[in-house]
Amino acid sequence: MEKQQGTFKVKSGLAEMLKGGVIMDVVTAEHAKIAEDAGACAVMALERVPADIRAAGGVARMADPRKIKEIMDTVTIPVMAKCRIGHFVEAQILESLGADYIDESEVLTPADPENHIDKWKFNVPFVCGARDLPEATRRIAEGAAMIRTKGEAGTGNVIEAVRHMRLMNKQIREVMSASFEELVHLSKVWGAPLDVLQALKEKGRLPVVNFAAGGLATPADSALMMQLGCDGVFVGSGIFKSKDPAKRAKAIVMATTYFNDPKVLAEVSEDLGEPMKGLDIATLKHEELMQTR
Amino acid sequence: MKVGVLGLQGDFREHLQTLQSLEVEARDVRTIDQLNETQGLIIPGGESTTISLLMERTGLMDALQKKAREGFPVYGTCAGMILVAKEVTNYRKSYLSLIDISVRRNAYGRQVDSFEADLNIKSVGLFRAVFIRAPQIERVGAKVEILAEHNSLPVMARQKNILVSSFHPELTGDTRIHEYFINMIKKEA
Repeated sequence: MEKQQGTFKVKSGLAEMLKGGVIMDVVTAEHAKIAEDAGACAVMALERVPADIRAAGGVARMADPRKIKEIMDTVTIPVMAKCRIGHFVEAQILESLGADYIDESEVLTPADPENHIDKWKFNVPFVCGARDLPEATRRIAEGAAMIRTKGEAGTGNVIEAVRHMRLMNKQIREVMSASFEELVHLSKVWGAPLDVLQALKEKGRLPVVNFAAGGLATPADSALMMQLGCDGVFVGSGIFKSKDPAKRAKAIVMATTYFNDPKVLAEVSEDLGEPMKGLDIATLKHEELMQTR
Repeated sequence: MKVGVLGLQGDFREHLQTLQSLEVEARDVRTIDQLNETQGLIIPGGESTTISLLMERTGLMDALQKKAREGFPVYGTCAGMILVAKEVTNYRKSYLSLIDISVRRNAYGRQVDSFEADLNIKSVGLFRAVFIRAPQIERVGAKVEILAEHNSLPVMARQKNILVSSFHPELTGDTRIHEYFINMIKKEA
């Protein structure tokens, strides 16, 4: 067979290569260099980290292409970038720039009230957020080659990521024990495409890589999510909103690899300086939540 | 016989599953003690910068280099190939320097340029290969045997106990290259 590009194997394959790693949010080339030197397996280029998006208010959009190009020129690891939910033109622009992965992200202000992007039309792979298994399966049906928990971005509070991961795990167990007719019923009540549920059952896990995201701020947070069964982690505001980003970034990389070794976790957690301050989710109004987008 | 897969970062799970499907005892390797339990090591795909930093922080870089120079079999796929190459032409340094090849990182372009293609591999046969942000072998030394080429460029090679491929057999479900490596280990033992 001839050479083929943009196949699902190639798209989901890059996510497989990122496993066990930390993807860090960066807003400048200088940040990107710090992230790469600390051992990030990829960086997410954006205009502002989620905590600042939250603080700034207004409409959050795709980053300036110049910024993305500067970051791509600075690091050799994959560079991801965010587009608004449903904004397929922002996605076209990011693809043409050569972004290695697009995050169709609830952290930015949604551009379509109902539809996500048809991701099958692109050669570049997409990652999408999900709060539960039905949401993940819908994104996979639209062509997402990687999933991440939504958590609650920009809060430095891991509780929502934990909630989403635990729920997904529970629902995966439900799928695994379901008979075919029960799977059809689950598909109906969940609003989850049957073929994706079947693929999941056959594989024994989500058919694509699943990372944790949204509120991780410490090495222990990362190890917690890894022990709950995710394949790797995104850390957004948690690194560059802390006192010593380089040191914290390195520690989170170590904690993600040695997530099962409390001795290593204790060692790397020592003397990291102030973490980001963080927010109690209960103090947020419903319209301030990003995960419901 | 126990085969190790370096489990610091990357798609080590797929390599472990491939080995297990061949009924070979396999384990992930994150420490020097774990490395010493094994008779051969696969360095998986992933990010070579990340894996190398973790290898340096844990002492695995020196430990593996010493073992491999004494004949311990190592197979590097993609990022793993970068780590075992003698020279990385577009980067600041080489790492383990175990096989006399020069490689160029991300030489095929960015992710949108990643691809699948058929290869004809010496003593393996026709093989559907998956290249993801793959490195290219730009130079091979006199003692290196080229096992496969794509567009006239080498993509799989071997020098004694060191095997490399710029593509990912672990993503294909095809076990023949892993079988080839297991035979290398058996001959070494």
